[in-house]
Amino acid sequence: MPAASDALVRARSLTKRFNAFTAVDGIDFEVPAGGSFGFLGPNGAGKTSTMRMIACASPVTSGELRVIGMDPRTDAREIKARLGVVPQIDNLDQELTVRENLEMYARYFDIPAAVARQRASELLEFVQLAERAKDQVEPLSGGMKRRLTIARALINEPELVILDEPTTGLDPQARHLLWERLYQLKRRGATLIITTHYMDEAEQLCDRLVVMDKARIVAEGSPRQLIDQYSTREVLELRLPDADRGRRNGQLDGLADRIEELPDRTLLYTDDGERALDAVHARQIPVESALVRRSSLEDVFLRLTGRTLVE
Amino acid sequence: MVYRHQWIVIASGVVEPVLYLFGIGLGIGGLVGGVQLADGRFVSYAAYVGPALLASAAMNGAVFETIFNVFFKLNYAKTYEGILATPMGITEIALGEMLWALMRAALYAVAMLVIMAAMGLILSPLAILALPAALFISAAFSAAGLAGTSYLRTVQDFDIPMGLIVQPMFLFSGTFFPITAYPLPIQVFMHLTPLYHAVNLIRGLMTGILGWGQAWDFAYLAAFFVVFMWLATRQMERKLIK
Repeated sequence: MPAASDALVRARSLTKRFNAFTAVDGIDFEVPAGGSFGFLGPNGAGKTSTMRMIACASPVTSGELRVIGMDPRTDAREIKARLGVVPQIDNLDQELTVRENLEMYARYFDIPAAVARQRASELLEFVQLAERAKDQVEPLSGGMKRRLTIARALINEPELVILDEPTTGLDPQARHLLWERLYQLKRRGATLIITTHYMDEAEQLCDRLVVMDKARIVAEGSPRQLIDQYSTREVLELRLPDADRGRRNGQLDGLADRIEELPDRTLLYTDDGERALDAVHARQIPVESALVRRSSLEDVFLRLTGRTLVE
Repeated sequence: MVYRHQWIVIASGVVEPVLYLFGIGLGIGGLVGGVQLADGRFVSYAAYVGPALLASAAMNGAVFETIFNVFFKLNYAKTYEGILATPMGITEIALGEMLWALMRAALYAVAMLVIMAAMGLILSPLAILALPAALFISAAFSAAGLAGTSYLRTVQDFDIPMGLIVQPMFLFSGTFFPITAYPLPIQVFMHLTPLYHAVNLIRGLMTGILGWGQAWDFAYLAAFFVVFMWLATRQMERKLIK
């Protein structure tokens, strides 16, 4: 854990309530300066509420929150001047062109017009939209709009960039381009806070992350640490013949650290998947298909937040 | 900036009161001849109705701007959420929208003044004060528009402010004929509408009648502005900051 003074964002028993509903229930976390920090969790876990509180868009109900050493209750303006926010839903100005969107936004930060023009050019280059500068926003693809929103969030050269589900709804090409840009951004020294429910995204982008579920933080660490702590090194996925379902009881016992039965597959969490598979064959258990894979954050996530659909 | 692409909308706001001025001012003017003012003078109907149209144009500019445009930015485009992520606050947004409405109103007022001057309908040098007065009126109505918009939920709800408040006010605020034409209870009611005071103020300035009546109009509109501005920022805060 970094010392408190290094933390760019620090929360102590941070709570957000909407009338009777508690969206964020007394969470503690520290986002160190530099690198990227992820908030993982299913929909409705409280990620967006937390982001909105950090971005000073939503008042803190109770608890303590410091952003870049300041209190959102009293220094919202100063904090917002040094933040970049990429909201979950793009709110670009549909009536302006790509370039105008950036220059107009710069006005809100009181950035002189000449500086704004130059930064807009650089940022359009950075997000690979330079050739669309004069186009209207509406016909742009989802990935382009997302990149433009990110460029817009960078117009004030923020120290901290908050990205709420940056790649939701994008195709794989667009996601990879975005990840690569965000990685570049991190290398330039910005601190990123990212919420996502895509595990591959969290593994790609986040140096540290917390997993939220039902308004609380249920785990914290680097992706690797979380996998080590909450899962095994490998997972053996078995597809067993349906007819055997009833007779399978106990057959697999002792083959893995943890066994999970899903409607379509059986997952064996173990440090050595191949050996477990050999053991399955040795016990002459009929197997339709088998797959050994490395454990991923998804396994951690599902273990921590459960498999049932949360709505 | 958006309106670089929308000058035609603004232009229509200039044309509308001018059309009324020609259509009703000259048309009905031909039938009724003249109108007696508060100080006993008789003036042409066009000179009577012109100032009222100017006041209404200031109102319409403000109300259309703050109701329709703000509604979409508030509910669909989420423009303000983007702006609130910057150092800007609710008050700046409200003032910005208002300032824009004022610019629109100023344009309408100048156009009306120029046309009326060209037609010889301006009866007093005080008419030059009609411009700041129009801005003031439009500030009052944009505050009301902003406050009202935050209560609207769907596009259908527009009918309420437009059909039940703005249009009737336009027709029944001493715009087209003196309110003394109505029975007393209705007159009292008219006295309560902001447009009546706006019309009375501008008409006073353009015909050269300046008295306690106009001071009262001014005070009424100032109070109207303060109340609705307060309501508007409070409502927008409720809507935007959760």
